[in-house]
Amino acid sequence: MSFLEFIDVYWPRLLSGTGITVAQFFLSAIFAVIFALAFGLMKMSPNRLVKGVAVTYIEIFRGTSLLVQLYWIFFVLPLFGVTLEKFTAGYVAIALNTGAYGAELVRGGILAVPKGQWEAATAINMSPAKRMWRIILPQALVNMLPPWGNLMIEVLKGTALVSLISVTDLMFEAKQINASTYLSAQIFGTALLIYYILARFLLTPFMRWLEAFMARKLGRA
Amino acid sequence: MFDWLFAEKWFPKFDWRWDFTWEILPRLVEATLNTLIAAAAGYAIALVVGLVLALAQRSGNRLLTFVVREFVEFVRSTPLLLQIFFIFYVGPQFGITLSPWVSGMIAIGLHYSCYLSEVYRGGIESVPKGQWEAATALNMTTMQTYRRLIIPQAVPPAIPGMGNYLVGIFKDTPMLSVIGVAELIHTANAIGSETWRYLEAYTLVGIIFLALSLPAAGLIRAFEGFVRRKLGMN
Amino acid sequence: MEDMSAYPQELTGTDVPMVSFRKVKKAYGDLVVLDDLDLDVAAGEMVTVIGPSGSGKTTVLRMLMTLEQINGGVIYVDGNPLTHMPKGGTLVEANQRHLRKRRVDIGMCFQHFNLFPHMTALQNCMEGPVQVLGLSKAEARDRSEELLELVGMIDKKDQHPSRLSGGQQQRVAIARALAMRPKVMLFDEVTSALDPEVIGEVTNVIRKLVAEHNLTMLMVTHQMGFARDISDRVCFFYDGKIEEQGAPADLFGNPQKERTQQFLSAVKEAV
Repeated sequence: MSFLEFIDVYWPRLLSGTGITVAQFFLSAIFAVIFALAFGLMKMSPNRLVKGVAVTYIEIFRGTSLLVQLYWIFFVLPLFGVTLEKFTAGYVAIALNTGAYGAELVRGGILAVPKGQWEAATAINMSPAKRMWRIILPQALVNMLPPWGNLMIEVLKGTALVSLISVTDLMFEAKQINASTYLSAQIFGTALLIYYILARFLLTPFMRWLEAFMARKLGRA
Repeated sequence: MFDWLFAEKWFPKFDWRWDFTWEILPRLVEATLNTLIAAAAGYAIALVVGLVLALAQRSGNRLLTFVVREFVEFVRSTPLLLQIFFIFYVGPQFGITLSPWVSGMIAIGLHYSCYLSEVYRGGIESVPKGQWEAATALNMTTMQTYRRLIIPQAVPPAIPGMGNYLVGIFKDTPMLSVIGVAELIHTANAIGSETWRYLEAYTLVGIIFLALSLPAAGLIRAFEGFVRRKLGMN
Repeated sequence: MEDMSAYPQELTGTDVPMVSFRKVKKAYGDLVVLDDLDLDVAAGEMVTVIGPSGSGKTTVLRMLMTLEQINGGVIYVDGNPLTHMPKGGTLVEANQRHLRKRRVDIGMCFQHFNLFPHMTALQNCMEGPVQVLGLSKAEARDRSEELLELVGMIDKKDQHPSRLSGGQQQRVAIARALAMRPKVMLFDEVTSALDPEVIGEVTNVIRKLVAEHNLTMLMVTHQMGFARDISDRVCFFYDGKIEEQGAPADLFGNPQKERTQQFLSAVKEAV
């Protein structure tokens, strides 16, 4: 079977798998940003309980493997009365894992904003919430966008793990096609290429654009 | 002590069984050993191959630099899980059969060598240009400059990154379970399918990972300080 | 392509200069830094290069140390071509081997010292003699300690650079360069990164070298008084060319060109 014939036969399954992968990526990314912001800010709280919750979350999810977290959420969480459908369990696990890494980026980005900015905002009598939202966070965002680009690549790569709880993403389809055809080089090679295109030619340029856009918006370009 | 927390009225399906926990513990300890061996072997490969990839990108040969750069980008942009499958299954198609352990070590070693090559590059680039100029003024060869001046100075700033990827490789070893390497998750899966009990095994696996990776950050920092002191660079 | 047959493959005769720039050009893209530079430095001569920043004066030293490639002309050291090598009756661009062979004649001290931070002062000085010249450790140690003595750093020989002041680091750097026994020493703004109160300890070492050793020296500096005291000749660089040169008493006391006068009076006002 030539490679073109191979693609001709299997492209619908590859396409639907890619669709699921992209959906998993977007959902994971959105929730990861939310978790990162929430826990990153909580970790900077002067309240020890709030801070403790954030630290515990970050350490647990950074200290264990994504795969372990995924299995735990899918197989063990139901025992606590929380049953997540496999598709949901997939992106929730990825988002929780990524959010823990992202929280550290949020914290780092905020700490990198010069102290004078805090003082200037206080000097014009801004409330702490307004100061954070209007003055500090926009500048922190520009500081932390480059590492977020790398983290987003990790999210995309992380979505491949959801195939192990039978979410029919690209990785899952590739495995199934391999099992029925044994055309391993063709199918796994194609899948690698698709992930590469998503990461290198869609995600990375988008993150670069976002960096440039935010920098322009803040008058730094 | 926390029995009230898991009272039946709250979580009817939750039943942690200590006897079962003790029963599976020896198997998990053995699997932990396998996990550590896999991580160490993969890391050893990554350390060496990563240095080759980093130096190749500084060779001055444009074609070589380009090819290696693209390879590194490709490996870093695609899932390790897929790379593990690729290496394990593609070999037999061409008559090369690799054991799960061997293909797993190649996959994870190669994957992390690409990350480590970036760490090395960062370390090498952190050495000020003046050091190269001083080496030229002393008429040293490129090899001597790397060996005597650049690499010793590139190591301390590279240690945090190298340490993080050691922990990273350790946390990625569960992916080797998919091709049958008997590490922690593989063992927990086996226990689950034998007994239909997932709670204890998966929770213990999580605790084992936490217990081993949490102290790592402090140890890495201490090691960096030790190396800097040793080189008189603080 | 420049016609290299116009340049001799080796300088012979009496009074061969220690350093000779012949029609040397240097450009970064369209920006011409040095234009057809001709400059000879006699053996044992101390030549100081002064001029406004961007005039190409540091580039002169960096080209001589082969840290920058030249875009035209030839540099000779001790009669032999440095930037080129003879091949088939003409001169071709030097390869690494030729550069390694010829660089032994030249030593350099930098504005930012560039000491090796993971080595002690003594190890810094021994590094070149042991690794490059192949001396035994004992010989290299003797030679290095002698030079550390000369620069007044012998009691700090086992300190790492991070424990030394800028002036102390620069003195170690001078000893390190001298340990290679070069015929030509280059000093590239060696006092520019120093606090005012320690400049003297470095200039005193250089004065001592001028007084007691028969080294050929080329120096770039912003310290006009120092340049006037110790130079045999001062070159004023402007816009990639030598605008004016002469004995320090003449150049500082009675500058002929308008740009030289402007520069010197501007410097004087700044002091």
